[in-house]
This record gives sequence, structure tokens and C-alpha cells, in this order.
Amino acid sequence: MSFDYDQYIRGGKLPHIWCPGCTYGIVFKSLLRAVDSLKIPKDDVALVSGIGCASRLPGYVDFNTLHTTHGRALPFATGLKMARPDKKVMVVSGDGDATAIGGNHFIHACRRNIDITVLVFNNFIYGMTGGQYSPTTPSGHLATTMPYGNIDPSFNIPDLAKGAGASWVGRGTAYHAAALDKLIVEAIQHKGLSVLEIINACPTTHGRRNKFKSPTDMLLWMKDTALPVTAFDKLPPEKTAGKFPTGVLFKREAPEYCETYYGLVERLKSPKEGRA
Amino acid sequence: MGKLKLLQGNEACAEGALYAGCTFFAGYPITPSTEVAEFMARSLPKIGGAFLQMEDEIAAMAAIIGGSLAGAKSLTATSGPGFSLKQENIGFAALTEVPCVVVNVMRGGPSTGVPTGPGQSDIMQCKWGTHGDHPVICLTPAYVQEIFSETVRAFNLAEKYRTPVIIAFDEIVGHMREKIEIPDKGVLPVEDRPKPACKPSEYLPYDDSKGDVPPMANFFEGYRYHVTGLNHGPDGFPVNASPRIHTDELRLMRKVEANRKEIIRYEDYMTDDAEVVVFAYGVSGRSGKTAVEAARADGIKAGLFRPLTIWPFPEEEVASIASRVKGIVVPELSLGQIIFEVDRCAKGRCRVEGIYRVDGDPITPSQILAKIKEVK
Repeated sequence: MSFDYDQYIRGGKLPHIWCPGCTYGIVFKSLLRAVDSLKIPKDDVALVSGIGCASRLPGYVDFNTLHTTHGRALPFATGLKMARPDKKVMVVSGDGDATAIGGNHFIHACRRNIDITVLVFNNFIYGMTGGQYSPTTPSGHLATTMPYGNIDPSFNIPDLAKGAGASWVGRGTAYHAAALDKLIVEAIQHKGLSVLEIINACPTTHGRRNKFKSPTDMLLWMKDTALPVTAFDKLPPEKTAGKFPTGVLFKREAPEYCETYYGLVERLKSPKEGRA
Repeated sequence: MGKLKLLQGNEACAEGALYAGCTFFAGYPITPSTEVAEFMARSLPKIGGAFLQMEDEIAAMAAIIGGSLAGAKSLTATSGPGFSLKQENIGFAALTEVPCVVVNVMRGGPSTGVPTGPGQSDIMQCKWGTHGDHPVICLTPAYVQEIFSETVRAFNLAEKYRTPVIIAFDEIVGHMREKIEIPDKGVLPVEDRPKPACKPSEYLPYDDSKGDVPPMANFFEGYRYHVTGLNHGPDGFPVNASPRIHTDELRLMRKVEANRKEIIRYEDYMTDDAEVVVFAYGVSGRSGKTAVEAARADGIKAGLFRPLTIWPFPEEEVASIASRVKGIVVPELSLGQIIFEVDRCAKGRCRVEGIYRVDGDPITPSQILAKIKEVK
């Protein structure tokens, strides 16, 4: 039986703004399938975004949706979650939104380990503004603001998230859509701050300037370059050069921020306690 | 009789917020406003509210908007540099019509300036700080008791008109300790945001057909809707190049402009027969009152007009004073900002003379008295 996407898509809001060949539609559908499989009531979900192509996603979905300022989705989401810790709060962000202008919020949300699911759509470029380099643009790639090739070193988003304290870190790709469903499910189910980097393609402002002849070539690049982390970890470094691991890259048990805070609230109700 | 306390202005602000039903605070440490955050950090966990010290000022402003959307009355407090950083998200709250209260304990500036000294040089920033046209309500209390009651009022105005409200007082009033009475619950009115009466399927979050302030559903209450900082239609979804943008921005402004009578509050002290009126707010208003009393003792007909609401500006009141006095004296801890508004409303009907000071000390009553004598 085919999946009924219409139950989650707001009437009259499609077509979306994404370009032909953009992979965000694939991820969008994967997200809907994942949420549906968890049977979370739509009223209980808030989907928060900042600015950029990925950040337009919440507008299409029939949840409580919040399209905020550039880079700031996480602190808005933190406010929602702290006020209603019983609800499911998710963030959709891009590579520039999450790790450049929102980099400070990103690392501190990870450190706090608040129960928010963060999906970072990494398309390696500022797409909405026309192809400027981002903190994840590969070395040497052309961008409108790196017309002679990118000289900026790039972030590895899962490493950044792990280093900052996120308790669940994963990576998927738009090509591996079925695997992505499972990763999104696990990210949502994890209690704590979960970061899922999703490798995406922007043919319009990144691919066509960087020797990808078609959107298909970009998807095939994902297919050829991604390795399940279990396989990746068994290979010697010379065989993993130019590849990247996918799957659940890191997870740990750690106190969740709202539980800790509202645990304090409970303790303060008995007069002699209070200090953690 | 309520509870008597000896409090500093910053603490009275926090007390006022709690009285108004605030259950959410997010902030970032900054002098001279930090005591507001410290008070909320002690108080909110005890009542089940949320306190967050965020990673920066921008995040704190974002967090209170999130908290408010989830239904909590929300507060942040900051000072000059932090107030600058918050501006983008203040505009977001104005356009998306999310109630919240922002305290700016004004210090000297620009830049790091004089963190421990008083200032009144953010007063134009309170109105024009964020980009684009937007409604602004800004309150300027001058006494500790007044900080308490104006903070309650700030929450009421924010909720009633669904707009961010700024409370701007200077470092002196923020740190000054005075005896205040915290009234019993129910003595001061406390207002809540207008809630939708319709079914969720019929809810339009920015429907202006029944009034300028559309009812507000909180997130997670069954009214799933979209909030965006893009100009939007009645359904909350973005619109481009539509007549709606123009009419909706006019509506946002009208929420404040059409309700000036209710929003504008001031102390009018002996201006009826006055020949010279001092126009001053905050700590300068306190000096102004002493100067007016000294002038009266000298037989000079002086008066004080002390706005508690600086934005929207009390245009009619200033115009009326200007039409019957020889001059208006405007002392302010800046190099001349609010005097432009006074001058604009006086329209040449009387002299308008400023007294400016930015050396970290307040303007003294004797400075003001000398100017009153010069103008009369």
C-alpha cells in the first residue's frame, strides 16, 4: 500500500519552492514516513526552522510550525521545549544556518542535551542566496564567493555535534532514502539532543559549477561515497579516503536537560532540598 | 495591604513580572541588568516556571518568543550591547505578534561604554532598533514602585496587543533601593492574550476581519498553524508583493496607534499654570521634580511632565503644553535624542531647551533649575 503523504501536507501549499533536481523533497517524504511510523499526534509536534531552502519545509507540514530568523531555530525550539517538555520538538536546518550563523546555538544545544531532534540538511552551499560557500563547502569547490576555488577548511558536522556534547549523532543521505527513514525514527526516539546530518544535493547553485553534469550525478556521488559506518570503521584509512560514514555514528546515555530542570523543580517542592 | 519590601529596581521588575504571571525567563549576564535574571533564577523553579541562561543575547530573545508561543508569559532583561543584539528577534516578535517583555536597563554607550553608569541614549533604539516599520510600546518608570507596576502593565499590554513591550529604565533606578508595596493578588489587573473561540479547522492566526488584534492560539493546543517572519496572509503563510503586506503592516501599527489613550501614561506635576515645563523620564524625571519644587519655592511657575510611556510618544500632551508655556526643558542622559520628539510636537510654539550629560552621572536638580530660570 502506498504511503498517504496528504495526511501530513497542508492543503494548497504545494508546489514547494525547491528547484528541479533538489533532493530536499526526498528528505521531506522520509521525514513524514518516519513521524507517521512513530504515531506521534500532529498536535504534539513542533517543527522549527531558521532561514534557507531547508527552512521552508515546515510551512508545508501540518504540525505546529515555526519559521524563524537565520541561524536561530535552536533557541526558539529550546524555548518551546522548556515551556512544554512533554511535546516533540524538531528542528530543520541547513549547513549555513546550523553551523555558520547558528553555530553558537548549535554547539550549546548539543552541550545542554535538551530533547530536540535536529535535522541538518547539508547541501554544501548557500542555495537560497545563489551559491555562496558555506562552512561545509569542500576544499577547492567553486562558489560565487569563492570564484577561484574554496580555501576555507570545512566542518564535519557529526564531529562538531559529538564534540559539543550531543548524545546521538548520525548521518544519512538523500540517496539512501529507506535507510534515512530509520535514522530519522531513531533520532526522534532518542531522549536528548540528536543531530542527524543529511547529505543533500543542490544542482542549481553547487553541482553545475562543480563538474556534476546532472542532479543524477550528485545522487550517484552519494551512492559511491557513502559507506555504512560499520564497514567504514573496518577499512584502513587509505581505503576510506574521499568516503564518508553513514548510520548512527555516536550515541551515549546522558541526562536530558528538561528532565534535569523539572527534576529540580520537583526537589524544590520539599523545603530542605533544592541543590543538585 | 500588600507586602512591604526594600528592593532595588531590577528586583522590583522581576517581582512585577511574577505578579503578572510570567513563567518563562531567558537571559544572558550583562551589567547592569543581571539582578533581574538572578531573581528569576531563584524564583521560577520554585513555581514550576522555566529559567534559561542562554548562550548569548540573541538566543535569549529567541527562547522567550518560543516560550511565549508555547503559552508562557515570557521575559528577558538586558542592557545596551545586549539590546543591540536582540533587535532582529524583537522585530520577529513584532511581525509574528508574539507577546513578550524586554527589559533594557540603560547604561552609557555606544559600544561597551560605561557598563556601571546610567544612560538614556538607547531611547531612539527602543523605537527604531529593529529594521523595518513595526509597532513599539516602551515604558519608562522612574521609581522602584513604578518599575513593579509598569512591569505588570508591560505584560498586560504585550498580551492584549500581541506585541513585544520594552521597559527602559536607567542603571540608577535599576540599582536604587526603595521601599515598595507588592499588592495582593487581584489588586492590579492582569490580562491574558485573546484566545480563539472558533474550531481549529476554522482558525486563521492573522485574521484581521474582526479586529486589529487576532486571537492567539498557543502551540500544542490543537490549532496547528504556521508562524513565519515573512510577511504573511491571514492563514499565516507567506505572501509576496501583495496589497495584503501594506494593509497588514498598517494594522500592526494601528494596534498601538489606535490605542494611544490606553497605552500612554504619564505624571503631570503642576503644569496647569506653568510657564516652564520640564519634560523628563527615568532618573532625569526624578531630578526634574526636585528642580520644579525648588523653582516653585523661588516663585517660578514651573511644572513637570514625566512620561511613563515614551513610545508611542505623548504627542498631543506635549503639543498642548507647548501651546501654553514659554519653554520646555528636556534633560536627558544622552547628547540629545528625545528632545527631537519634543521639538517635533512643540512645532515652534515655545522654546525647547535640552540639558545633556553622558559622563556617567545623573543630571542634577540644580542644573535643571538653572535652565528653568534661563528659559522663563
